Amino acid sequence: MSESSTQAAIETVARNSYGRLIAFLASRSGDVAGAEDALSEAFVAALEKWPTDGVPDRPEAWLLRVARNRLTDAARHNHVRQQSETFLRQVAEEAQTMAETHEHFPDERLKLLFVCAHPAIDPAARTPLMLQTVLGVDAARIASAFLVSPAAMSQRLVRAKIKIRQAAIPFRVPDPAEWAERVSFVLDAIYSAYTVGWDSLNAASSIHQALAAEAVSIGRVLVQLMPSEPEAHGLFALMLHCEARRAARYTSEGEFVPLGQQDTALWSQPMMEEAEQHLRSAAAFERMGRYQLEAAIQSIHANRAKTGSTDWQEIALLYEGLVRVAPGIGSLVGRAVALAQAGQAASGLAALEQIAAGRTVDYQPYWAARGHLLQMLDRNDEAQKAFTRAASLTDDPALRHYLFERAVENI
Amino acid sequence: MKYALLVYQSQDHFDRRDNTTIAAGRAYGEALQAAGVLVGGAGLESPQAATTVSVRDGKRQVHDGPYAETKEFLAGFGIIDVPNLDAALEWAARHPAAGFSKVEIRPLLGSHFAVGNSKPS
Repeated sequence: MSESSTQAAIETVARNSYGRLIAFLASRSGDVAGAEDALSEAFVAALEKWPTDGVPDRPEAWLLRVARNRLTDAARHNHVRQQSETFLRQVAEEAQTMAETHEHFPDERLKLLFVCAHPAIDPAARTPLMLQTVLGVDAARIASAFLVSPAAMSQRLVRAKIKIRQAAIPFRVPDPAEWAERVSFVLDAIYSAYTVGWDSLNAASSIHQALAAEAVSIGRVLVQLMPSEPEAHGLFALMLHCEARRAARYTSEGEFVPLGQQDTALWSQPMMEEAEQHLRSAAAFERMGRYQLEAAIQSIHANRAKTGSTDWQEIALLYEGLVRVAPGIGSLVGRAVALAQAGQAASGLAALEQIAAGRTVDYQPYWAARGHLLQMLDRNDEAQKAFTRAASLTDDPALRHYLFERAVENI
Repeated sequence: MKYALLVYQSQDHFDRRDNTTIAAGRAYGEALQAAGVLVGGAGLESPQAATTVSVRDGKRQVHDGPYAETKEFLAGFGIIDVPNLDAALEWAARHPAAGFSKVEIRPLLGSHFAVGNSKPS
């Protein structure tokens, strides 16, 4: 077999099974870093062996067997207690069984997700940890998306993995009593990967785009792993609706296009349809939640592709619900804008002004919304100030340009 | 897997220890024992009763008072043996002091190789 086709085979296994392999090994050893090391050694061994021996029938089982040997060696080297040897032997036996029979190895990624978003893990490490362990995104790329140095990011990741091992954070699916809260940590970490990839997105920031795509793929994994959790469907639908509009968000010249002015022909029909399917699946459980509400709002925006108009009354109503379950600044600002668009500009502005000043000082969407509402009320001087403030709070050059344009348009 | 539960309290709460809180502490210890997870533990006297010692160049240095003067200080500790962090958190949350002060959960050194972290399912 040629070297390049072996390489391709290895890349395919890595792409399709990396997270599952890590999750399987780590859930048995309780040690994510050890699992990563063992698996990367197994991949190195594959690069050496497969070109001459050929790609094994069951590449995952082959990799697991090699990784297990590495783990056992490492365990002996560290003189660990008898008991952990028992564990490793179990892993070995399982790997053997899987190699001999054609049984699939169990998917432990859900447990891994719950470990990554465990309340005992530093919140700033949860999303990066998920991206690295479940999807195999490398630390340098994660670092640049999160605007921290690669050294700082790898330190954060290393610390989190040490915590998992030393504190013995269990690889388990939470009990019903703690389910809702623990799921929300997982969802929030995934959504935060998505928004890192979305917020400061422009033509040049391909890293952010790629990260948003990774977040969508974790979202897809999540709905497969917890098909009866409505919020998982809600989150996935939300991300799909936003992704569907990617091509319409900037002109070919790189200019920012606000949602209401986007060309709906550029929206991705298949993504919007998939989003709607998941929103329907979620609704069947009759348990409303933050992500379903946000997805429902996006669904109404998406409807403009069919009807040509936006039902702002309905959006305002959904925001009412949203601020009740998740009174974050984003939903408060969204509600104010929806009220204004639904014909109540003065109430919208009043709602904006009720938001505590401390929360708004550096929040760009607040100032953009404020400018927009003041303009609707013909208070153009104040609008100009608000848009200028908004423009100076974004790191996206295209959005900055757009906001400056808005600032001067009615002078 | 052994964990230390370290109870930190302010002077204010510490001074308010009375028969009720002591009884609650005792009942908690008994519950730990009944569940078979208790390794040991104790409440501590006030930091004013503490003496700190170090040895430098073969010379013993002793000073009056705790290692660090802090607003909240170690007021008691327990050591439990449970399968994993979630189980330790469960017990720590039941500590009577968790409702008004803070309980830190620290794995004991070396005990992370103990079994029970993740039973294959």
